[in-house]
Amino acid sequence: MSKMKSVSIMDAAIIVPAIGAAFKKLDPRSLARNPVMFVVAVVSALTTVLFLKDIAVGNSNLGFSFQIIIWLWFTVLFANFAEAVAEGRGKAQADSLRRTRTETQAKLLTGEDRAKFVMVPGAGLKVGDLVLVEAGDIIPSDGEVVEGVASVNEAAITGESAPVIRESGGDRSAVTGGTQVLSDWIKVRITAAAGSTFLDRMIALVEGAERQKTPNEIALNILLAGMTLIFVLATATIPSFATYAGGSVPVVVLVALFVTLIPTTIGALLSAIGIAGMDRLVRFNVLAMSGRAVEAAGDVDTLLLDKTGTITLGNRQASEFRPIKGVTEKELADAAQLASLADETPEGRSIVVLAKEKYAIRERDMRTLHASFVPFTAQTRMSGVDVEGSSIRKGAVDAILDHVAKGPAAALASSASGVATMQASSASIVEIRAIAEEIAKSGGTPLAVVRDGRPLGVIHLKDIVKGGIKERFTELRRMGIRTVMITGDNPMTAAAIAAEAGVDDFLAQATPENKLQLIREEQAKGKLVAMCGDGTNDAPALAQADVGVAMNTGTVAAREAGNMVDLDSDPTKLIEIVEIGKQLLMTRGALTTFSIANDIAKYFAIIPAMFLAFYPQLKVLNVMNLSTPQSAILSAIIFNALIIIALIPLALRGVKYHAVGAASLLRRNLIIYGLGGIIVPFIGIKAIDMVVSALGLA
Amino acid sequence: MTINGWIQILIFCGIVVLLVKPLGGYMTRVYQGERTFLSFIFAPFERLLYRLAGTSENEDQHWTTYAAGMLAFNLLGFLVLYALQRFQAGLPFNPAGMGAVGPELAFNTATSFVTNTNWQNYGGESTMSYLVQMAGLTVQNFVSAATGMALAIALVRGFSRASAKSIGNFWVDLTRSTLYILLPLCIVLTLFYVYSGVPQTLGAYIDATTLEGAKQTIAVGPVASQLAIKMLGTNGGGFFNANSAHPFENPDALVNLVQMVTIFAIGAALTNVFGRMVGNQRQGWAILASMGVLFIVGVIVTYWAEAAGNPLIHALGIEGGNMEGKEVRFGIPLSALFAVVTTAASCGAVNAMHDSFTALGGMIPIINMELGEVIIGGVGAGLYGILIFVIIAIFVAGLMVGRTPEYLGKKIEGKEVKMAMLAMLCLPLAMLVFTAISVVMPSAVASIANQGPHGFSEILYAYTSAAANNGSAFGGLTGNTPWYNITLGIVMMMGRFMVIIPALAIAGSLAAKKTVPASAGTFPTDSGLFVGLLVGVILIVGGLTFLPALALGPIAEHLAIAAGQTF
Repeated sequence: MSKMKSVSIMDAAIIVPAIGAAFKKLDPRSLARNPVMFVVAVVSALTTVLFLKDIAVGNSNLGFSFQIIIWLWFTVLFANFAEAVAEGRGKAQADSLRRTRTETQAKLLTGEDRAKFVMVPGAGLKVGDLVLVEAGDIIPSDGEVVEGVASVNEAAITGESAPVIRESGGDRSAVTGGTQVLSDWIKVRITAAAGSTFLDRMIALVEGAERQKTPNEIALNILLAGMTLIFVLATATIPSFATYAGGSVPVVVLVALFVTLIPTTIGALLSAIGIAGMDRLVRFNVLAMSGRAVEAAGDVDTLLLDKTGTITLGNRQASEFRPIKGVTEKELADAAQLASLADETPEGRSIVVLAKEKYAIRERDMRTLHASFVPFTAQTRMSGVDVEGSSIRKGAVDAILDHVAKGPAAALASSASGVATMQASSASIVEIRAIAEEIAKSGGTPLAVVRDGRPLGVIHLKDIVKGGIKERFTELRRMGIRTVMITGDNPMTAAAIAAEAGVDDFLAQATPENKLQLIREEQAKGKLVAMCGDGTNDAPALAQADVGVAMNTGTVAAREAGNMVDLDSDPTKLIEIVEIGKQLLMTRGALTTFSIANDIAKYFAIIPAMFLAFYPQLKVLNVMNLSTPQSAILSAIIFNALIIIALIPLALRGVKYHAVGAASLLRRNLIIYGLGGIIVPFIGIKAIDMVVSALGLA
Repeated sequence: MTINGWIQILIFCGIVVLLVKPLGGYMTRVYQGERTFLSFIFAPFERLLYRLAGTSENEDQHWTTYAAGMLAFNLLGFLVLYALQRFQAGLPFNPAGMGAVGPELAFNTATSFVTNTNWQNYGGESTMSYLVQMAGLTVQNFVSAATGMALAIALVRGFSRASAKSIGNFWVDLTRSTLYILLPLCIVLTLFYVYSGVPQTLGAYIDATTLEGAKQTIAVGPVASQLAIKMLGTNGGGFFNANSAHPFENPDALVNLVQMVTIFAIGAALTNVFGRMVGNQRQGWAILASMGVLFIVGVIVTYWAEAAGNPLIHALGIEGGNMEGKEVRFGIPLSALFAVVTTAASCGAVNAMHDSFTALGGMIPIINMELGEVIIGGVGAGLYGILIFVIIAIFVAGLMVGRTPEYLGKKIEGKEVKMAMLAMLCLPLAMLVFTAISVVMPSAVASIANQGPHGFSEILYAYTSAAANNGSAFGGLTGNTPWYNITLGIVMMMGRFMVIIPALAIAGSLAAKKTVPASAGTFPTDSGLFVGLLVGVILIVGGLTFLPALALGPIAEHLAIAAGQTF
């Protein structure tokens, strides 16, 4: 599956514009969105003004102040840069999307019978308009196919070049503006006005233009703002303490202490983390309609997964021939193979394959056998062949037994042997039913085979559980997520497959109503529910779920109801979506912890330096043995600025998620980001101090 | 440090830990309105009180109603206490003929007792009549403690209830705290103190003739009853000026032990009440363990610093630890332990003069208070204080498990963080800002007894003690001036109500939330890892803010003394 072209983190095409953007973002209106960095900018401006005053009055020793001020501004610029880089990656993707959104002409159907069309610009279409799209045309806007069937190239949005079929009715009726019809024609009812199409929204999303702060981000901002206020109090009271002690502390040093103490690291990277989280989803070909949905994905407690296509391979496969008494397995296999020769369904093919593998029954040619295929119909609910005067049928057990009771048996009833056949067949009916029930219990689907009104046995069609899916569920369980399998099967079959796949629970004979009911029940218990769906009847459940992932192949209704759209239409992806959500939250937590833990070292760098002039005994607190007070302060502020740049890759990439359970995950991250956050700055500040004093900067 | 000293400290810790479960179990039953062995005495009286107050034990309140009731009750208590002091000269039970208390001092004292601080800018035996001591101060000792306990229970209900609009009834919680918990325990303790030789009389002061023939007036009074609640309610306001260093207020080692145990008893047991009410006692033990770690570290440092003594005195050829300002009958270990206990628990009673401690020995009490009295803490106040830290800790680190942070199934979101930060902000605001103003105000600096960093510590200690609602004093500072009376009063109110109101808001917000069932993906909050995390957050988020002030006070003093410098 081809993913959308991803852009590497440190691409010159992104870095260069980001540097420019970092300066542009010095606009106070843009800074004000981020309280921590706004405060840094304000105190930087303040010290700059004081510095200019010092120059004017001709004070000496300005070199040190100048360097501090430079690094203060760097701190702000680095934060802007981090955000610009994150946005830059989205912009690059948005640009490539935008190129596909060329100006199109649409064939608007007019008149009473909508038989004629006029050419109008695609941008002028209104919701409800009916347009004709023929081979080679670009679909002008999002809509729903109301007539016709066509193959469509959706590479523009999915990156997948293989064409997909779009047809009226059913679950594949949605078309997206900007995609191209390759063959045939369709009539489309427009469902989105220009500017609010799927493609428009997608561009806005990856660009980050629509980015709103998510609930968790808002809460984190409050925490950071609160801590900033606390440190305002801690530093603003120092001059008065110093006065009591008979000394004084220059404003630039106080500002340096303040800026290093407030959580600038996480403050600078917070929005980059959010943008990168959305971006990561986009590169997974999933579009989240809001950041809130991504966050909710990390919190999901219950996953509702459709059985078919997610847990099992879409197609059942024949796994066994179960003849009744008096019929050999080979006889049954032979009949089954004949009945399936012309059956192009995957189930039919698998019967032919099994017959060949197990009994070496070669594939035969229908024409040389002079056989005629009897296709499956909704009325007969069976298919088969008529060959050399005999008829072979296979189908649902009930349908076949119905056929046995009415059909050829009735014709034979007049003959003398008819009574015996009747008796034999009533015994075999019981046997067939018994086998069928046994198969159903084991999770399979029974398919009965009959030749000339005489039941031969049952084919065991098995749902094949996807390889590796059981391990995925074990992993989910370790993450604390409960999986519920949704299936239309009867409870017996569902239970067997559920056990084989290792899901925690299942909903059998699912209807849209009881799906919705299940979601509501889970939510009433305080759980967050994620599900994916594609059909119109999934829409209520998708809307009710906290995370509803609609398949891109699905209906317009489903896509509107969900809060994410999976462009690849791969339901298994729900698991990755949850991981991305978790990763986003973890990255925030890790950098916040790191940022706060950093403060210890910064205190030990700056406090002795600050008070040394009047309490020389405090040099004992200079545990890092930094060369001079000036160098100590400068090193702390340089470290504080550089750590932002150093952590940009981590913020964009995200902290790696391991499905190991919360306790060990926490221990691991606390050691790396908590303990690491305490130790790293001691080493970093000392190293910078050595460079600073070697260069004679302070 | 001696083995004997450590054994005494361990015995104390052991008794406190042993009391946690039985007392916690009893208190849980009380707060949940279940029958206890005392119900047959108190239940009829309790029902009568509710009928008089026009409320009922089944009437639950929204958090705003709860807060309004609490504020109204405290305001009334303040006014009554203020009036009693101002008019004591004309009121009965005044055998010593005390005159009216001045307006600033009366304001300071009324605030002090209503906020459970018991900062005393007066000498009890030379200022207050028996009526003020009993009907004013002792009453507030009970109800300010009961208010704190009620508040803690309200916050616990925030965690234990789900999708609820209410967090309990303030009047019911207040009544039950007083009637079923404080009152019976105080009666038993008072009898024990009287038995041990603590005075309990309404008679006049006693005149004695000394061997030299001089006349000495010995102050007595209803001491034992006030002593009981002073400790149990972590009030700390002494009957006598010398507080529990006075032989009548702390006659022997056994009484001293009982006093220390009763300071911690209710606060420690409340962690168990918390655990029981949220349905997992381990949660309570985890909180208590975090408190325990911080407490033990404090005891080690203080005991070590006091036992090591003062190098300047050693230089004079006098060996041994620092005995200045300590009672010989308690010695260094019990004085050091008492100092840590009383400041950890927002009590403020003292059995030694903290001003006379070594620089580092005196720094631990300051730190204990700066952390917001969360190490056991004031009755109730300690629990809601540490739960606010828990919210911050969970919010910061809880994200690292990849979920919206939750504690006990409650999602910690914007509103809780906002309220928790408001409460956190109050301490540096009250402690640092007022210290900063005072140390540059000549009239305020004139009140200090020592120059240099020690004088700084005296002022810092005063505002820290007031904001933390502790009430212990560093001595040295002459606090009975209009400036200190008024500003300390304001700081005490900030320290109390700027934490209580956000805590109640958190309770209301949490109670309204659904409880998310725990899963393998949930951050475990009853493990050693959580204890370590909580301790780290308390020290880094709560403590680091004060490092500059500590560096200029006790740390500078300690290093100066080590270098042989005096001020």
